[in-house]
Amino acid sequence: MGYHYQVGTQTYQFVDLKAVLAKATPARSGDYLAGVAAETYAERMAARMCLAQIPLKTFLQDLIIPYESDEVTRLIIDTHDKDAFAEISHLTVGDFRDWLLSDFADTTSLKRISNGITPEMAAAVSKLMRNQDLILVAKKCHVTTAFRNTIGLPGRLSVRLQPNHPTDDMRGIAASMLDGLLYGAGDAVIGINPATDSLPALMDLYYLVDEVINQYEIPTQSCILTHVTNQIQLIERGAPVDLVFQSIAGTEKANKSFGIDIALLKEAQSAALSLNRGTVGNNVMYFETGQGSALSGNANFGVDQQTCEARAYAVARHLSPLLTNTVVGFIGPEYLYDGKQIIRAGLEDHFCGKLLGVPLGCDVCYTNHAEADQDDMDTLMTLLATAGLTFIMGIPGADDIMLNYQTTSFHDALYLRKVLGLKAAPEFEIWLKKMQIMDASGHVRPIEQAHHMLQNMPKHLLSAA
Amino acid sequence: MTEKSKQIVHTDAWHQLKSFTRARIAIGRVGSSLPTKEVLDFGLSHAMARDAVHLPLDINALEKNIQAQGFSTLRAKSMAADRATYLLRPDWGRRLQEQSLVNLQNLSQPKPIDFLIVVGDGLSSLAVARHAAPLLAEMRHYLPSDWHTGHVVIASQARVAIGDEIGQALSAKMVVMLIGERPGLSSPDSLGIYLTYNPKLGLSDADRNCISNVRPEGLQYDAAAKKLIWLAKEAMRIKVTGVALKDESDVLEIGTQTKLT
Repeated sequence: MGYHYQVGTQTYQFVDLKAVLAKATPARSGDYLAGVAAETYAERMAARMCLAQIPLKTFLQDLIIPYESDEVTRLIIDTHDKDAFAEISHLTVGDFRDWLLSDFADTTSLKRISNGITPEMAAAVSKLMRNQDLILVAKKCHVTTAFRNTIGLPGRLSVRLQPNHPTDDMRGIAASMLDGLLYGAGDAVIGINPATDSLPALMDLYYLVDEVINQYEIPTQSCILTHVTNQIQLIERGAPVDLVFQSIAGTEKANKSFGIDIALLKEAQSAALSLNRGTVGNNVMYFETGQGSALSGNANFGVDQQTCEARAYAVARHLSPLLTNTVVGFIGPEYLYDGKQIIRAGLEDHFCGKLLGVPLGCDVCYTNHAEADQDDMDTLMTLLATAGLTFIMGIPGADDIMLNYQTTSFHDALYLRKVLGLKAAPEFEIWLKKMQIMDASGHVRPIEQAHHMLQNMPKHLLSAA
Repeated sequence: MTEKSKQIVHTDAWHQLKSFTRARIAIGRVGSSLPTKEVLDFGLSHAMARDAVHLPLDINALEKNIQAQGFSTLRAKSMAADRATYLLRPDWGRRLQEQSLVNLQNLSQPKPIDFLIVVGDGLSSLAVARHAAPLLAEMRHYLPSDWHTGHVVIASQARVAIGDEIGQALSAKMVVMLIGERPGLSSPDSLGIYLTYNPKLGLSDADRNCISNVRPEGLQYDAAAKKLIWLAKEAMRIKVTGVALKDESDVLEIGTQTKLT
């Protein structure tokens, strides 16, 4: 079905709903690469004005990727909660923005309607919102999850400790892990991106992290970010798996290019649940996403990259994850060219995720061929933490020597906690104080050589002491 | 560090762990922020990586260095006219500019090429400027004498897959692409090697074998050359590269383990 909008004497034609969405999207390189972006500034505004008049109901009938050919579309439609939707079903996209920003939309009502919102509705309204709108509404959405600690409570900011090493050297990983813990990081997850695909080597990594968690009795969880099929096999072989990781995207074909489908994710979730390793909750999944992944797999079907990304959150939501991470600047400048585009995308992803009820964190990051630097990262992390971001990454000195990109550091997390008065997950915060890493006012304490954790290092580091 | 700043900067008591990783651990703090020294060190590393991406490759100098190794050279350009376009349109970096294609197609060749070498700037001109010629010198030692290599093609604003079109235009049996990898903060000059049998338009990464992180601090020239020629001989034998060709050069020649950092 075609759409059009008249500005003065000029009528702008849009061939279908996904064209309206794509052309209404703030400018970004990936949509130009895909050939779906607005061609002029005026066309972009006309598309937004057109979009503002489209009823939310339309997104349930005029499907941007056909129901018959895409299981993500089927998931979105088949799990749509009509009762939750009833409250907002009379609104257009423009009205929906007004409603979200109004005081009628508080934490309780936003939670109530969450399952009535489809990813396309969330993406659509985000395209009409300014950065401050994305921050304000996301801040009102509370998404709380739990495994060995409680993630996402208001006033909290968690950190994924990411102790990667280019050759998976056990001592190198253990050293970065200890560094992070002593800087108060690691409550979201201790998650390693392994260099290896070998199951025995992956098994060693599981035992390494598990031993450290047990030795210091840390209320947190581990994750090894290898393919989900590897993790299922390792669970069968008895590995101590806390969270199951997988990269996901917003179309069936893009997920296929990752070697997964929804059924496989369900199977992985059941396998992890069968281990029953959570103590305060049972959210066992950890997902990563990022704008541009569908296009890079040639699986975007003319849909703009931000809408594709929001659809990935429908997949995430279905699997009740502990954490979902949008890796916003990793993909490169052909998708998000510069700091401005990365910042906008990070805020959109966080807003859409939270509105849909997904515990969204952000890998605030960039590569060296993008037009971005540490100042851009400071801006984005500060905005996201203000918006109630669930977690960020913590890497020694913000420099990931395994994945060759710059992300956020342990110091960055401390900065955010200090400036915005944010705290770690409550169980982890108690542990930090007990271990005398943090003082009563929440500041990191000086760590002397005599500190318990330096006197009792993980066994892989003992030879260094 | 001045006397006064010593009192303000907290050093970390686990310094000795730095010997286990090049990660920026135990870097200390001021309050909870990075000390000035660390901010400047990071800034310098980023500056090196940025320059590696944006400084144009000095093709004249590279040509001289390659010719000094006994290879003749040719030049080619991709469809990406400049660096900004190159970064935004990876698809253009994979295709030859029309004139370059015509030049290659019209080249008269005395005999068919077995092993075509293409050097592309990729995302790090620094990597190519530093490591392409020394690597070629090492490759000379291992190349079978009956393999005809033809000219070394120097491609600018190039992505890996441009080697396919160049190889096809020159009817090469196999193409090896030496290309600057995306610079990391601690590795602005990593050279990548991609080997493709029967190169033609439309191949994917699954059709190639890759050797990564070639540089003195990573995989040494000699080890990289040995590995590459081992793979190339195997590819010549089984007439395929990519997922079907497993790198067992280390297994077969124990004792040549490479020092990956």
